Amino acid sequence: MLSLREVHAHYGKSHVLHGVTIDVGPREVVGLLGRNGVGKSTTLKTIMGLVRASDGSVTFEGRDLIGVATYRLPALGISYVPEDRRVFRLLTVLENLRTGLDRAGMTPERRQALLAKVYDYFPVLRERRHQAGGTLSGGEQQMLAIARAMVLEPKIILLDEPTEGLMPRMVGQIRQIIEILNKEGVAILLVEQNVPLTLAVSDRVYIMEKGAVRHQATAAALRADDAVIHQYLGV
Amino acid sequence: MALDQFLVQTVNGLVSGMILALVASGLTLIFGIMDVVNFAHGDLLMLGAFVGSGVFMSSGNFWAALISAVVVIAALGALLQVTTLRPLLGRDPLTTILATFGISLVLQNYALWQWGPSARKISEPITGQFQLLYLQYPVYRIAIALLSAAIIGGLWLFMKYGTYGIWIRATTQDRVMASAMGIPVPVVHAAVFAIGAGMAAASGVLFAPMVGVTQTIGLDFTLRAFVVVVVGGMGNLGGSILASIFVSLLEAYASLFVSPAQAVIVSFIVLVLTLLFRPTGLFVPTPK
Amino acid sequence: MAPAHPGARGYWIGFAVVLAGLIVAPLVLPEFWRRFVTEILIWGLLAMSSDILIGYTGMVSFGHSAFFGLGMYGAAAALLSVRPPNLWLALLYGLVAAAVVAAFVAYFSTRLRDIYFSITTLVFSQIFYVIIFTWTEVTGGENGLNFRQPPFSIPGVLSAAFTPVTLHWFVLAVVTVSYVLLRRITQSPFGMVLQSIRENEPRTRAIGYPVERYKIVAVMLSGVFAGLAGVLYAVQNRFAAPDFVFFIVSGEVVIFNVMGGMGTLAGPVVGATFFFVLREVFSRYFTQYYLIPVGIIFTLMVIFLPQGMLGFLRRRLNQ
Repeated sequence: MLSLREVHAHYGKSHVLHGVTIDVGPREVVGLLGRNGVGKSTTLKTIMGLVRASDGSVTFEGRDLIGVATYRLPALGISYVPEDRRVFRLLTVLENLRTGLDRAGMTPERRQALLAKVYDYFPVLRERRHQAGGTLSGGEQQMLAIARAMVLEPKIILLDEPTEGLMPRMVGQIRQIIEILNKEGVAILLVEQNVPLTLAVSDRVYIMEKGAVRHQATAAALRADDAVIHQYLGV
Repeated sequence: MALDQFLVQTVNGLVSGMILALVASGLTLIFGIMDVVNFAHGDLLMLGAFVGSGVFMSSGNFWAALISAVVVIAALGALLQVTTLRPLLGRDPLTTILATFGISLVLQNYALWQWGPSARKISEPITGQFQLLYLQYPVYRIAIALLSAAIIGGLWLFMKYGTYGIWIRATTQDRVMASAMGIPVPVVHAAVFAIGAGMAAASGVLFAPMVGVTQTIGLDFTLRAFVVVVVGGMGNLGGSILASIFVSLLEAYASLFVSPAQAVIVSFIVLVLTLLFRPTGLFVPTPK
Repeated sequence: MAPAHPGARGYWIGFAVVLAGLIVAPLVLPEFWRRFVTEILIWGLLAMSSDILIGYTGMVSFGHSAFFGLGMYGAAAALLSVRPPNLWLALLYGLVAAAVVAAFVAYFSTRLRDIYFSITTLVFSQIFYVIIFTWTEVTGGENGLNFRQPPFSIPGVLSAAFTPVTLHWFVLAVVTVSYVLLRRITQSPFGMVLQSIRENEPRTRAIGYPVERYKIVAVMLSGVFAGLAGVLYAVQNRFAAPDFVFFIVSGEVVIFNVMGGMGTLAGPVVGATFFFVLREVFSRYFTQYYLIPVGIIFTLMVIFLPQGMLGFLRRRLNQ
């Protein structure tokens, strides 16, 4: 469904991605592991068009994504939860959700249903729905960011380090959310530093180093033998 | 000096303040969302007044003049944004000042060329005066102050409740994330510029019966609007409204003592003092 | 001595050629064009002074009309108050007046960055404009001041009235010396720091440079040379008018900088020339509305050719 082939990208003058090749099939959960600074977030940003790919191809359901404006991607079925969450701090929780709910083609009934569903998954968001996004705790903001992406009813969600800065207790919640999303048929491309979580939820895993994919395997295989992970991540 | 003079100047200050607030709101909105300091804002006001006067001459209807001016200038604003400002997105803010300065020169001289140097006129739609203590005060002035307040109020409601208001606020806060949520950011930018331009045009027409229509009115407003936007806190809508009233009142009082040409310095002094002591804005709580 | 490189010799040859041309110009050109060239030199000096701030330090100032205007009025004060009118006194008064204003502006403005700085300088221009415009008793208000042109005098040795030709040479001499001086300054360590401030101010500060002090010196330098241009203008035209203090003049100076190429010193002079030539050309078809096409060209250049003509040529030549 989502295909990256030999993608190169630059941040200003530095060459950050050196030929990344990744595939995500429909309803798959694919993990992207690697040390800090290796290019994992940049890969997601390149898919979203926030960083310009200088070479290679990015296709989604056969459609070429390079050069497509970022704001067109949600309509194609791609949504994004960035690394620093980036909730709209001055908008209320409800308004944050509305940035995704109020799109073309949504009837009031569908909106209400979607909102109810999201509140079911994240009751704390219903409680805080009239509070400004910036006043939420780190964990709550993460939930809001994920809820916001869900509300776009995507085919794939790009999740960038969802457990970063969260208390260990919340990691379990994130895991549950990922599993629920997957059950609903949403594919996920998960960038993470948390290896156990990644291995637990993913179908397949890629490992990146220095701007390229160095290894790929099924999560099952890695769970059985994680020598490769120690080799690349040193954990 | 007599109490009645003071009172008249207070009312005058409030009236000018509301109109200035209308101009400054547009400027603040534009700056907040795309970091553009629109040098040409006053010229959009001026063109609005001219278009309005043209429509007024032929139709005799003030309200038709107002509406057509707003529509035409809003369209012009959108056109300008798409052609000249969109390519500059992401470049440093000084480049946009230069670009809007260039646009300002072109618009000013275009107006000179198109309508010539003689002043035009728009007559008040509501004539008559009412009793203000011992004096007669024109009803029209109160009416435009109220109308300006209504327009600004409408803007505020639009921003707070409508879907598009949310889009605009989201884009202002985080353009990249708004994009990732599917909000068509380039369209929002053009729309906001159009709204700002439309509001400036409205001010131009509303103010015209008081000051006449000449090519220089734009410049006065541009400078004052800049002062107000900075004093109110860049990008802060409420602040710029308060600042407009504050500055206009001060100027109105000052013109009791010095000539109106010199009273203008008051706003400049306020700006300088604000920048020295409260650079984030007079009406903005100091950040800790 | 800076190490000689192939570009340097070519540069000085070009410089000599242009200089020779400018020396000969008043002898061969008709009256109108003679004045034209002299005026371009003066505006070129003003543009150069502005380039110190805009091109080298990265501070867009709309306040140059204030420095220019005060240089002009300062000279006027000297020429009106002292009999017989003395050229050197005019220069002194003008430069001091400009320097005082520059110090004033520098103090306030260097605490502000970017847009706030630009708006403040604009506001200062306007403050001075209003003061000059309304203080009719001292400044002549709207009508400005008229005075006689001082002779070129070396005390005790000679005193000769200027002819248009000798005046042109005098202006040329002053502008050339200014250019060489400014060039040395911009290529000195001081100039390098200014450019570093333009590129990345926080980093420059982090390295340990007292950025505010550098900025103040830059504003003073810029202001003094702008004032010098004002004095020359007053001497050449024998009047001072408030129009020159209006911020639009500053805007036009910025146009010279952008069109010619910021941060090149010679660029703004080229930009000024280009602007005036465009004005002449377009005036034929658009009469006094020449700013419509010129404004459009300027805006297009800001968008597509931000390095100006000189920057563009440089790129081309380097390839």
